[in-house]
Amino acid sequence: MRKVGLVGWALAAPALVVIGVFFALPVAAGLLLSLTDFDLYALADLSTLRFVGLGNYAHLLQTPLFWQALGNTFYFVAVGVPVSIGLSLGTALLLNARVAKWHGFFRTALFAPVVTTVVAVAVIWRYLLHTRYGLINQALDGIGIAPVDWLGDPRWSMPAIILFSAWKNFGYNMIILLAALQAVPREMYESARVDGAGPWRQFVDLTVPMLAPTLVMVGIMTISGYFQLFAEPYVMTQGGPLRSTVSVLYFMYEEGFRWWNLGNASAVAFLLFVVIFAVSWVLLRFDRDPGGAA
Amino acid sequence: MQRRRALRRIGCSALALAGAGCGRRSDPNGSLDFWAMGGEAEVVGQLLPEFRARHPGIDVRIQQVPFTTAHEKLLTAYAGDSLPDLCQLGNTWLPEFAALDAIEPLDARIAASSIPLDDYYAGVLDTNRMPGATAADAPRLLGLPWYVDTRLLYYRSDLLREAGIKQPPRSWAEWRAAMVAIRARGGEGHYGALLPLNEPEPLYAFALQQGALLTEGDTRGAFSQPAFRRALDFYAGLFHDGLAPAMTNTQVSNVWDEFARGMFAFYISGPWNIGVFRRRLPPERQNDWATAPLPGPDGPSVSTSGGSSLVLMRGSPRKEAAWKLIAFLSETATMQRFHALTGNLPPRRSAWLAPSLRNDEPSRAFADQLERVRPSPKVPEWERIFQEMQLTAERVVQRKQSSAAATAELDAWTDAVLEKRRWLRARAARGAV
Repeated sequence: MRKVGLVGWALAAPALVVIGVFFALPVAAGLLLSLTDFDLYALADLSTLRFVGLGNYAHLLQTPLFWQALGNTFYFVAVGVPVSIGLSLGTALLLNARVAKWHGFFRTALFAPVVTTVVAVAVIWRYLLHTRYGLINQALDGIGIAPVDWLGDPRWSMPAIILFSAWKNFGYNMIILLAALQAVPREMYESARVDGAGPWRQFVDLTVPMLAPTLVMVGIMTISGYFQLFAEPYVMTQGGPLRSTVSVLYFMYEEGFRWWNLGNASAVAFLLFVVIFAVSWVLLRFDRDPGGAA
Repeated sequence: MQRRRALRRIGCSALALAGAGCGRRSDPNGSLDFWAMGGEAEVVGQLLPEFRARHPGIDVRIQQVPFTTAHEKLLTAYAGDSLPDLCQLGNTWLPEFAALDAIEPLDARIAASSIPLDDYYAGVLDTNRMPGATAADAPRLLGLPWYVDTRLLYYRSDLLREAGIKQPPRSWAEWRAAMVAIRARGGEGHYGALLPLNEPEPLYAFALQQGALLTEGDTRGAFSQPAFRRALDFYAGLFHDGLAPAMTNTQVSNVWDEFARGMFAFYISGPWNIGVFRRRLPPERQNDWATAPLPGPDGPSVSTSGGSSLVLMRGSPRKEAAWKLIAFLSETATMQRFHALTGNLPPRRSAWLAPSLRNDEPSRAFADQLERVRPSPKVPEWERIFQEMQLTAERVVQRKQSSAAATAELDAWTDAVLEKRRWLRARAARGAV
């Protein structure tokens, strides 16, 4: 028995070493770092490093910009995730519909944004969103809506980022949901129709419950992905205007790599970890709760 | 036991690898590593054949570093002990690398050379002079300016003429009156000046004209004091009175098109725009623009002191060779060729005797302004305070906060950012006693 245990450990050892060196060790170092005021001066002369306990965390909780970044990120998640998953579900349903033609073409076309490079398409979106010459405002003008200053107006910058992210990401979830939809036996729909259920009843009482596990998984993945919003504001707005698109991760990047306050930046990373962990935990509870699934 | 031995073996091989790396790096006769950035990196190689002819024994390797990631790369290289032998360094980054003690002072080498320091514009040279470790130490010169950058006024001479203004404004009052006149003539959609809200330089230049931005040995903010308040009130007033549009430069699709179209008559910018204006303004507009020194509160005054310097890294084993390259690049003739290749303005007055600079109308305003430039506060945190200053100003411009409340908040924020400096100073004082 003991021998089997040893063999097991030996076989797992390479993976464990890799995880230990590249994950556990850096995480532990990061946690230690977040308890110090490691900055440029400490980089020059380690004797100026001060242990500040939870000081970085306390300081962050009193920093308006951190709360603003957290608020912006929650805004992005709260609006972006439903929009993105709604779009994925809608397109998956359309692609799964029997009357639809050219499935293969549309599947590829709708999935295409996922495989593009964020930076490259963000540049194109900046043209699309341009106040005077952008296609989006020209289309709005066609239906009589005054031009919107998408990336320059603090009220519209986050909606513009959400629009861009939803467009960029919905294809990935669409493929997963499409696979789940195709796994629902057609006979179930036939028997539902025999029982007199219309399209809406079929969707609410058959499609949604059958998709529930997939939806929760897609939801958790999308939420934890969206909490890590960084590249979109980095490329499109640099956090502006008026800091309306500074996300937690963008804030961390500025603290750590622009201003070299690595102690503070590590504390931001851990706070973000706590937030994502808490939200995912709540979602998983929701999934396991039989009342929620029924 | 077993595990410990294995760990030790890993450690040894890592050390051996590092040692090998050091061996290559520490060869005093090896080739010089020179990091340059952006457009400068692309052309500096064309200056080197003559250097190679004079010093056949010195091999130079130029590493191109993009400006956007240069700061990060340099700090990482410092942490990893892999800095180059010499480097182009933006003036605003000097205090950081001085704090890291990564740069070799040049005073002794310059004294022994034929480089006349008084040929350099004083304000630009001063940017490279860093205070010593303690107040008793003399300041040290850490870099030699390579090219300079300051901000001044680009203006539409035809619009000024039409508004009945005979010469470019010299004081804030004249400038303001000119903008009022131009706006009145232009009507809807026309402004006096474009001061993009995400560019801190215009406000910063006005503030420099008024006085100090930091106080108590650069350990506290002075933003709520009258000097900065006057600059902020002037700046915000231009927006509040409709003389400047409250826009960022991403909102103005194309500054040059709008300038040509007459959306605004004044624009504060740096020397690189001379070339850009020539390239991007339509031919029929080429006689309608000019440059002028920045107006001051009561007549011509100071502006910002930017640009890049050449620095010698303290850790370099090839300092003599690296210094020869810095000295070569700092020669008047080399600077003139460098200007011809890049359009960058030289920091030495003697280099300005070149006909291409002396007879160039837009450049002459820069020569005038360069006699009056003032360095930024020499603290590593300055860049960050500078950005926060502009965010604060943006709130005042957007009428989200009064200038009194905003500047008091900015001072509190600045004091918090500079806390470590106060602690270091107190510690140094205790150590001295």
